[in-house]
Amino acid sequence: MTRWKKMTLTGWGRSHVASVEAARPERPRDLDEAMADTASGTLIAHGAGRAYGDSALNTNGRVVLTERLDRVLGFDAATGLVICEPGVTFANLMEIFLPRGFMPAASPGTSFATVGGALAADVHGKNHDRHGGFGDHVEWFDLLLADGTTRRVDAQNDAELFAATIGGMGLTGIVRAVAFRLLPNASPWVRVKERRIRDLDEYIEAFATIRDRSTFSVGWIDAVATGAALGRGILETAEFEAHDTLPKPRNPHRVPFDFPGFALNHFTVKAFNAQHYRRVPQTGRERRKSFAEFLYPLDALHGWNRIYGKRGFYQFQCVLPDAGARAGLRRLLEAISEAGNPSFLAVLKTLGRSGRGHLSFPMRGFTLALDFPRINGADGLLRRLEAITLDHQGRIYLAKDSLLTREGFRAMYPLLPRFERVLAKVDPASRLMSDQARRLGLKGAP
Amino acid sequence: MSDTSPSEKPLNETWLILGASSAIARAFARAASAEADILLAGRDRTDMEATAADLRARSGRRAGVVAFDATDYASHAATVAQAKAFAGDGLLNIFLAFGTMPSQGEIDADPALIAKVIEANYTGAAHILHVAAPVLEARRAGRVVVLTSVAGDRGRLKNYVYGSAKAGLNAYLQGLRARLFRAGCTVTTVKPGPVDTAMSYGLNDMPMMAAPETVAAASLKAAKKGAETLYTPGIWLIIMTIIRLIPERIFKKLNI
Ligand SMILES: Cc1cc2nc3c(=O)[nH]c(=O)nc-3n(C[C@H](O)[C@H](O)[C@H](O)COP(=O)(O)OP(=O)(O)OC[C@H]3O[C@@H](n4cnc5c(N)ncnc54)[C@H](O)[C@@H]3O)c2cc1C
Repeated sequence: MTRWKKMTLTGWGRSHVASVEAARPERPRDLDEAMADTASGTLIAHGAGRAYGDSALNTNGRVVLTERLDRVLGFDAATGLVICEPGVTFANLMEIFLPRGFMPAASPGTSFATVGGALAADVHGKNHDRHGGFGDHVEWFDLLLADGTTRRVDAQNDAELFAATIGGMGLTGIVRAVAFRLLPNASPWVRVKERRIRDLDEYIEAFATIRDRSTFSVGWIDAVATGAALGRGILETAEFEAHDTLPKPRNPHRVPFDFPGFALNHFTVKAFNAQHYRRVPQTGRERRKSFAEFLYPLDALHGWNRIYGKRGFYQFQCVLPDAGARAGLRRLLEAISEAGNPSFLAVLKTLGRSGRGHLSFPMRGFTLALDFPRINGADGLLRRLEAITLDHQGRIYLAKDSLLTREGFRAMYPLLPRFERVLAKVDPASRLMSDQARRLGLKGAP
Repeated sequence: MSDTSPSEKPLNETWLILGASSAIARAFARAASAEADILLAGRDRTDMEATAADLRARSGRRAGVVAFDATDYASHAATVAQAKAFAGDGLLNIFLAFGTMPSQGEIDADPALIAKVIEANYTGAAHILHVAAPVLEARRAGRVVVLTSVAGDRGRLKNYVYGSAKAGLNAYLQGLRARLFRAGCTVTTVKPGPVDTAMSYGLNDMPMMAAPETVAAASLKAAKKGAETLYTPGIWLIIMTIIRLIPERIFKKLNI
C-alpha cells in the first residue's frame, strides 16, 4: 500500500504553489505500487524541483518524488555507458565519476537536478555546440507507463515514444532507469578565461568565433544597462586543465529566510550588475577553477531562490535561431530595460543543434535566460518577451516557463502533433498530468 | 616507512547487512563500502541487486546479495553460511536493520499483529544473531551493530507493543555483548530517534526527523570505536534520559 503524504510544493521560482499528495518510493516495487494505486486521478514525476515553473506540479493531484530512487545501476568504463535510477543527481555523477575522468556530456547550471529531470527537459549545458544536449547521449530508458507496465525504449525499437519522452516533461510516463554515455577525458579543473564585452554586437561576434573553438562558453549580461551599453557583459570560456590535486569540497551557505520584497529593486540590482561587470579587468583575466564551481556557480548558496521574497520570481529563457538573433536579442533586451524590472541574472549562451525530442528546447542559435522578481508588470513583460520570441522564430524553454500561452506554445513547437499522437496512444486517459500541461492545453485539458 | 609484513596487513572486512532494503541500510552500506566489501541480505532481490550495483559503481569494491527472511528461522543457517563464504578468511561484521512498525491503533484493532511484531523485531533478530555469533567468535574479531529504537527505552501509550519488542532486543544485545566481548568482538546498540524513511514517511509530521545518512554515519563511527550504545542524533540521549526519569505515576497520565 502506497502512503501518500499531503504537502505543498513549488517550482524553483516559487511563483507556482501546489497542494499535492506525494509518494516517495525507495524501491522499484514502491514505484509500481504508486502507479497502480493511482488507477483514477492524475500523477506526475517530481525530481529535485529545479524546474522554475509548474512542470513538476499537479495541483490537487498526485506526484511521485523520485529522490530516493538514487542508485547507479551500472557503469562500463570502456564505453562510458552509465545506467542510473532517475533520482541520481548531477552532484552524485560528478562525485562518483569525475575523479575517474568521466563527466555527463550535458549538465544544467545546477548539480541538484536529477537524471530523470534532465531527460524530461532534455537539458543543455555550457558546451552544447560541442557536445549537444542530454538526450543526445541517451541509449535507452525504462519507462513506467500509465497502464502500469514498464517498457525499455530506445531510438530504434520505438522511435516515437523515445522522441516524445526526451524533453517530454514527464507526460509520457515515469522514467525509472536511464542508460546514457558519459564523456571521457574530463578533469575536476578548468582554466577559465573571462573578458569584458562592450555591447550586444560584440557579443554576437565573439560567440561566432568561440563557439566552435571553446569547449565551454557562457556569457553574463547586465540586463539593466541601456543605450550604447545594451548587452554589455562578461564572456567566460573554459577548457579542461590537468592538475595534480582534487578541488576542496565547497562549503555551502544557506539563505536563512525570505528576503523582504524591497531588497531587490532597480537600484540595488543596477549597482550589483555594474560592480559585477567591473570585477573583470578591462584586459580580461584567466584563472583555474574547479569544474563544479564553473558549472554550478549558484550551488554554493543553498536556497538562493529565497532572495526574491515570498512572491517568488519568474525565469524566462528563449532560443532564437542564428539568423534573427542579433535583432531579436536587441528587442528582448530593450523590452526588459524599458520595463524597468530589475533582472540581475541574465545569461547568454549558444546552442549548436536541435535535440532528439519532439519538445526538445535546443535549436541552433542564441539562448537568453533571465530572472524577474514577480512584481507588478512582470506578467506583462513576459507576454511581450513571448511575442518577440515568436517574431524571431524562437522558442521558450518549458523547464523555465511559467506563463507561456497555448497559442505561443503551439507555434514554437512544430512537432507537437507528433508528441500528442504518442500521448494519445500511451496515456489515453491522461493520467500523467502536470499544471504546466493543463496550462498549455495538452492532453485534452479544457 | 611501514615494515608490516604481508601477513600483518589488515584483514579484508565484509559487512553483512541484514534487512538491506531500508533507507538506513542503504546509507550504511554506502558509507561502509568505502573500506569494506558488502553482502546485502533481505527478501527483495531486485532492490538489493540495484543497491549492490550502486555500491560497486561507487567504491569499486565487492558487493553481493543473499536471500534472507527474518521470520524463516530455518533459513538462517544458510544465510550465515553464505556470508561466511563471501567473507572468505576476512572479518565478518554485521549490521542489522530490519523491523516492522504497525501503529498501535492497527495492533489494537488486530491483536494477531502482536506476534508478528515480536517475531520480526525480536525473535528474528535474536535468532539470526545467535546463528551468526559462532562465526564471529571463531575469528576472534568482528563488529555487530543493531538498530533498535528509543521506543524500547520506555513503554509508551502510543507505541508499546513495538517498544516492548525493541526493549527485549535491547536486553538480548546486552547479553550478546557480554558473550562476544570474551571473543574480542563488539556489539553496538543503536537507538535512533525518528528517521525520515519509508517506515515513517507520511505518518504524521514528526518534527526532529533525522536523515538516514546521519544515522548511518553515526552508526559506522560508533561501530569502529566499539561503542556499546549510541543514541542518534545525540539529542535523543538527553530526551530519553529525561523520559526514563519521569515517575511512573506521572508517566501513565501522559499522552505520548
Ligand atoms: C540554478 C538553475 C540552473 C539551471 N540551468 C540550466 C541549464 O543550464 N540548462 C538547462 O537545460 N536547464 C537548466 N536548469 C533547469 C533544470 O535543469 C531543469 O528544470 C531540470 O528538469 C530540473 O531537474 P529536476 O530533477 O529538478 O526536475 P523537476 O524540476 O523536479 O522536474 C522537471 C520535469 O521533469 C520531469 N521529471 C522529473 N523526473 C522524472 C522522471 N523520473 N520521469 C519522467 N519525468 C520526470 C517532471 O515531471 C517535470 O516535468 C536550471 C535550473 C536551475 C534551478
